Amino acid sequence: MTFVPKPKLSHPELPKNSLGLTRRDYEGAVSTLCAGCGHDSISAAIIRAFFELDLPPHRIAKLSGIGCSSKTPTYFLGRAHGFNSVHGRMPAVATGANLANRELVYIGVSGDGDSASIGLGQFAHAMRRDVNMVYIVENNGVYGLTKGQFSATADVGAKSKRGVTNTESSIDLAAMALVLGASFVARSFSGDKAQLVPLIKAAVLHRGAAFIDCISPCVAFNNHAGSTKSYDYVREHNEAVDSLDVIIGREEITADYEPGTVETVVLHDGSTLRLRKLAPDYNVHDRVAALAHIQDRERAGEIATGLLYVGPESKDLHENLNTVAAPLASLSDAELCPGEAALETLNAALR
Amino acid sequence: MQGQYQPLERCNDFVVKFANVNGSGSASANRLFTRAVLRMGVPATPRNVFPSNIEGLPTWYEVRISEASHLARHGDVHLLVAMNPQTWDKDVAEIAPGGYLLYDSTRPMPPAKLPRDVVVLGVPFTAICNREYSEARQRQLFKNIMYIGALSALLDLDLGEIERLIGEQFKGREKLIAANLHALDLGRTHTLETIACPIGLRIRRANAVGDRIFMDGNSAAALGAVYGGATVAAWYPITPSTSLAEAFQRYCARYRVEPESGRHRYAIVQAEDELASIGMVVGAAWNGARAFTATSGPGISLMQETIGLAYFAEIPAVIFDVQRAGPSTGMPTRTQQGDVLACAYASHGDTRHVLLFPEDPHECFLFGAAAFDLADRLQTPVFVMLDLEIGMNERLTAPLTWDGRSRMDRGKVMTAAALESASDFGRYLDVDGDGITWRTYPGTHPQLGSFFTRGTSKNDHARYTEEGAAYVENMQRLLRKFRTARRLVPRPVVDLASRPTRRAAIYYGSTSPAMQEARDVLAEDGIALDLMRIRAYPFQDEVFDFIASHEQVFVVEQNRDAQMRTLLVNEGDVDPARLCRILSYDGTPITSRFIVRAIADEAGGSEVVPLRKATP
Repeated sequence: MTFVPKPKLSHPELPKNSLGLTRRDYEGAVSTLCAGCGHDSISAAIIRAFFELDLPPHRIAKLSGIGCSSKTPTYFLGRAHGFNSVHGRMPAVATGANLANRELVYIGVSGDGDSASIGLGQFAHAMRRDVNMVYIVENNGVYGLTKGQFSATADVGAKSKRGVTNTESSIDLAAMALVLGASFVARSFSGDKAQLVPLIKAAVLHRGAAFIDCISPCVAFNNHAGSTKSYDYVREHNEAVDSLDVIIGREEITADYEPGTVETVVLHDGSTLRLRKLAPDYNVHDRVAALAHIQDRERAGEIATGLLYVGPESKDLHENLNTVAAPLASLSDAELCPGEAALETLNAALR
Repeated sequence: MQGQYQPLERCNDFVVKFANVNGSGSASANRLFTRAVLRMGVPATPRNVFPSNIEGLPTWYEVRISEASHLARHGDVHLLVAMNPQTWDKDVAEIAPGGYLLYDSTRPMPPAKLPRDVVVLGVPFTAICNREYSEARQRQLFKNIMYIGALSALLDLDLGEIERLIGEQFKGREKLIAANLHALDLGRTHTLETIACPIGLRIRRANAVGDRIFMDGNSAAALGAVYGGATVAAWYPITPSTSLAEAFQRYCARYRVEPESGRHRYAIVQAEDELASIGMVVGAAWNGARAFTATSGPGISLMQETIGLAYFAEIPAVIFDVQRAGPSTGMPTRTQQGDVLACAYASHGDTRHVLLFPEDPHECFLFGAAAFDLADRLQTPVFVMLDLEIGMNERLTAPLTWDGRSRMDRGKVMTAAALESASDFGRYLDVDGDGITWRTYPGTHPQLGSFFTRGTSKNDHARYTEEGAAYVENMQRLLRKFRTARRLVPRPVVDLASRPTRRAAIYYGSTSPAMQEARDVLAEDGIALDLMRIRAYPFQDEVFDFIASHEQVFVVEQNRDAQMRTLLVNEGDVDPARLCRILSYDGTPITSRFIVRAIADEAGGSEVVPLRKATP
């Protein structure tokens, strides 16, 4: 594998965001994944989401575990620090990073092997701790780098490329996230950028753990007939519960909607999520109903996507730990070291 | 046969062992005894021997009283306070001939159960309690204070000191003070009325404690982490390291709360396991915070993969390993120096890690703080190797000191301004030959200094490559960095014998007091030893020079496989025949007696120096 630098030149007419940056400023190195890999579409959606959010790229930290999906942080946000850590351990590393500096934006990229198998425990605990981060699982139901073994998200009855049928029941990470108390749970499809980009933007703006299970077909090992994670299968069975617009800041809402069809969610920074309901009577604030809906659709052979659940403003890990406003990593000697006098008092108390 | 022994007569030099039932509240009473002895100016060293249990199993508290300041475990018992019938036979058998046995004589032991060569002292503690108190818990707790009262009479322990300590302990809760003082008096008065006091063991006021403080190593290490600037702690409960994390919490609550807001200048996460705790430490340290975890052997095992990542990606991480007897769950509440090799070479592939070996709480504090500077300067994991013996037992130790002028040394970190004036930034580029490269914290500069951290092979600009040459160059640089570490870590402490000798002993960590006492005893027997206490790995040249300048070197350790010896042989290409193993690993702290016997046996067989043979 070679490192191919992208040409630095870009079209002078490329649109700029409020920071004066173009989409190119949010890109990373050239992907080394297979042509047509769903993961590359997700990277493109991440690039677009951050560009549209007007976030300075260097104030974002991108973390991953091990696997095809975990390679992708190299391919977006080249000006951000990245950390390709240990298989299944991205959540802990991201938690630690977040504790050190609460001012950065954290995006963790993981895969179904990384999060549903070896790192299931860490996934669970990051959700229940409500670490303020975007947690994307690029879910293709298969191990790519080791050539096509089933992962724990493969559906019962799904066929591998070699013709083996999966008999072990699948883990639905979105359903798990709901049960574990995650405050933002979404599912999407790498082939549906119109759905995915607003979801990523909303996840970034949400305070707390924002989980996106993104089905992302593996063109090399899981895109054949009999697979339930192929492009064709997911397109045919994708059933979105809602469609999302993200309105940053306090922009005026101009579009007209039929009454009862739109739900508005105001986030802690004043940004607004506008949800157009696609499933009748779907309540995005009802955790129990969301879980029931997901499982109901699954039983019907469909895949429920969209913003599945967003909780009331929750406390993230920092609030629960009552940490200071400044990043812990920035505190000075004077703020951290109790000094000589305190030690003398302590010595006296220990005699 | 009774009467054929001479009752011991010892002043300020004896061992009191308390045999109790776990969960009976004896710990605070026993601690009160030790502190009263210390307040009389007489050094006392307690050891808590406890089971992996909450309530009901036997527990022991052994106090060595030594005006000469011998802080190691003695090995003999001169006075047994037998409060646990379950372990009676074994406990009583440990009493030295001529020693004393204090027991609850509410139901007198049949003569067959009483030892013949010790002085038996019975006080009906339960009967007095039952007469005095109606509540079960009160009966239990005050029985403990009552035997302290009895001891004050038997050993001539200053009652005033005990009373003052009770007053300090329950300050502001007058009812509790009065109740405790009453119980104390009940035990004391009954003893004075029924037994000729004092017995042959006595505590006489002295001035041998000096300005030393009484503290456990885990607390001291945690305080070191506070002084060292740690802000993120991630841990998973495991004996014997749990109290380190809890002490960090306690000290942070005292010293690290922002006055104006009441918010915390620290974050402590009890992780789901050790895989997560080391992951959090690495994530936090990568992002510029000083972070640590505290664990024991099984936790170290779980952390292996991430420790390898931290070594290769060069992320500072501080790991306090409070060692216990393994393998597996081993003896979770017993001490050992069993993780030396597991930590020195932790993880897969070629790895080497910096280890620090504190000898006592004072050094736990110093090394606990220094570990963060070392980790930052070397950008690598640093292990502080405590063990249960120094971690969980309180010890007389030099007062803690801090140089108010010292500042955190964050090592080679490029700021935004530095990035702008630099011609080139390469995360793994060795610009000055010490093997340590410059790093940036995430978020530093809009255009410059970002890099991708990975455990996979990379070039000196942190770009992915599987080129063999780049990999080898990087691995060689890591070795260079490890050589630099030798200059930065604490140097060994050498203590030469009073006359030239070709024999030496190398030791480390909690073996210290036993080794020093053993050296004095051996010197009296004609075996002179030069001592070297290793305080860190990687080893400096002077360690190998010391070995080379002696013909016979004993390596004294508390594990089965002579792990430090292996490390010395491996790192210094030392001829293994020169290093003689002295190993104690039964879970109890090593004693000077053990070292004396083992070294005398080994030395006796050698022809290095003629020995003065004992005449029969």
